[in-house]
Amino acid sequence: MGSKINNERERGEGLAFWLTGFLLLVIMPLLNVLPGPDSWLHVSDFALNRFGKFLAFGILALGLDLIWGYTGILSLGHGVFFGLGAYAVGMHLMLTIGTESVYGSMLPDFMVWNQVKALPFFWKPFYSFWFAVAAAILLPTLFAAIFGFLTFRSRIKGVYFAIITQALALSAWLVFNRNDTNLGGTNGLTDFKQVLGFRLSDPGTQRTLYVLTVLSLGAAHLLCRWITRSRTGKVLVAIRDSEQRVLFSGYSPGNYKLFVFVVSGALAGLAGALYVPQVGIITPAQIGVLPSLEMVIWVAVGGRGTLIGAVVGAVGVNWARSILTSSFPDLWPFFLGGLFIAVVLLIPDGLVGLWRRALAWWRGLGRQTAIPEPEGKG
Amino acid sequence: MSERGSIIYLEGVTVDFDGFKALLNLNFIVDYRELRVVIGPNGAGKTTLLDVISGKVKPVAGRVVFGKDTDLIGLREHEIATLGIGRKFQTPSVYSNLSVWENLDLSLKRTSKGVFATLVSKPDRAEIEKIASTLETIGLAEKADDRAGALSHGEKQWLEIGMVLLQDPALLLIDEPVAGMTDRETEQTGLLLQSLADRRSIIVIEHDMEFVRQIARTVTVLHEGTVLCEGPVEKVQADPRVVEIYLGRQKEADAAAAR
Repeated sequence: MGSKINNERERGEGLAFWLTGFLLLVIMPLLNVLPGPDSWLHVSDFALNRFGKFLAFGILALGLDLIWGYTGILSLGHGVFFGLGAYAVGMHLMLTIGTESVYGSMLPDFMVWNQVKALPFFWKPFYSFWFAVAAAILLPTLFAAIFGFLTFRSRIKGVYFAIITQALALSAWLVFNRNDTNLGGTNGLTDFKQVLGFRLSDPGTQRTLYVLTVLSLGAAHLLCRWITRSRTGKVLVAIRDSEQRVLFSGYSPGNYKLFVFVVSGALAGLAGALYVPQVGIITPAQIGVLPSLEMVIWVAVGGRGTLIGAVVGAVGVNWARSILTSSFPDLWPFFLGGLFIAVVLLIPDGLVGLWRRALAWWRGLGRQTAIPEPEGKG
Repeated sequence: MSERGSIIYLEGVTVDFDGFKALLNLNFIVDYRELRVVIGPNGAGKTTLLDVISGKVKPVAGRVVFGKDTDLIGLREHEIATLGIGRKFQTPSVYSNLSVWENLDLSLKRTSKGVFATLVSKPDRAEIEKIASTLETIGLAEKADDRAGALSHGEKQWLEIGMVLLQDPALLLIDEPVAGMTDRETEQTGLLLQSLADRRSIIVIEHDMEFVRQIARTVTVLHEGTVLCEGPVEKVQADPRVVEIYLGRQKEADAAAAR
């Protein structure tokens, strides 16, 4: 039994979900296919592909919001889970290049360059597409389970958890950067040609990947909505508010944290898997400390503790990034930092909070109503 | 021990915080359906006593037995809570961002409080009735849909008492329930606690002597980690050693103030 404000919100969110879904899934691809390239309604292949990347980030942001926005645990290492998913699919794509590679060898180019003679054993299963896709989800899931089990069992929390996850991001970056790890080193995995026989350079393939991303985002959103509206979701918020009370009410907060950390790791892996074929490259620079921090900023900007806010933040910040980096490439870090400070100081409940307050203010013009309290504190 | 046996039995319990003995060879027994008040000056070990029973602090020596033969040493906090020991903290700890109803709903005793059981659990009629009747008991029926963070201090204290009650504990541990309450709220809280003691055992830690006189049947005085004396309120208040530790402190305080 939620409050009246919550019920109204849930109805509004349901409507917004289907409207956005229709827009993303039907209208956008149609605008890509139907109008001629000169029409102002036309969505270019480039724009659609870029948007697909943003939406993949949206999946990751949903998971990050579950653990940070709802449960109050700040993870600065989600780039690692994203990277595991991305590299798993990237390895499969490397192997499907075959003799189309620069050196014409069956081995990936970087291995020829590094004088590796035979394919390392852990690469072999990635010949299978389905193995790679399963690994893209299961590897980060398993890794989150082990890492989460060890940290939450030791009751590591708050700033200590944030520091440990940041250290994790740093060490993952170091490991993936090394040439002798045989994962492409600094240059990462790139130059992909095809997936399941479809050319990645073909707009039709990219359109399909875009649609897959939208469907995955929708499914991820429904999963997160189911969790947050269940009693388990309430326990997550309760952990954020008073972990001690949760513990003395007979719940084991560690198990709940582990659950939400694993779900969020799996979603980050899914995001990475969808990112790689659309962007065409994955390097250690995309999974280290800085990208992991940026992911947190997406959620903060959109509005933590609201699912829609996480997606809005991921798409919005990355959109701003692609506009700004094309005109002022050097200014982006300053802009990002400034944005984060502005959000923390001025709108701690993010864009969604701002929208809700504007809505309440608008309604208040007609009749005096109380402004709903922001949800996402702590 | 009485014939019926004790609900909680501590024998020779010592708690060591880096050399400081918060509890020293403490023996403490509470019977079924007893309302026991624990008093004592600051640092006497009152809160540590509750910490030991609820599993928050592990003693270095001694036995802690719940009911007939359940050894509590080595159990985790949530396991002890599930066994039937509820704890109300000194500062109100409620879930600010959930509604009053949701606060109570999460606290309700359930067969499983694991992640997946909780994920698929649905509210049933019996549970809804229990929550509704608890809302009446703690006087918050009108505010069921309000955010708990918006309640007044006294209301939060009652909400937390309600949350602990819904765990249906056999033993209730309550740390300074009336701190910061108005006189009227204090009196109502006293009545509430007395009515609860009909069906369960309660241990209350309290500073407010007037409140102690209102609710207490048996009082335990702790001093420097051990039991100084135990008995009915009048007897304890007349005990020269109790007067000494309380007045002694008072004299020191007066002397300090005069300087």
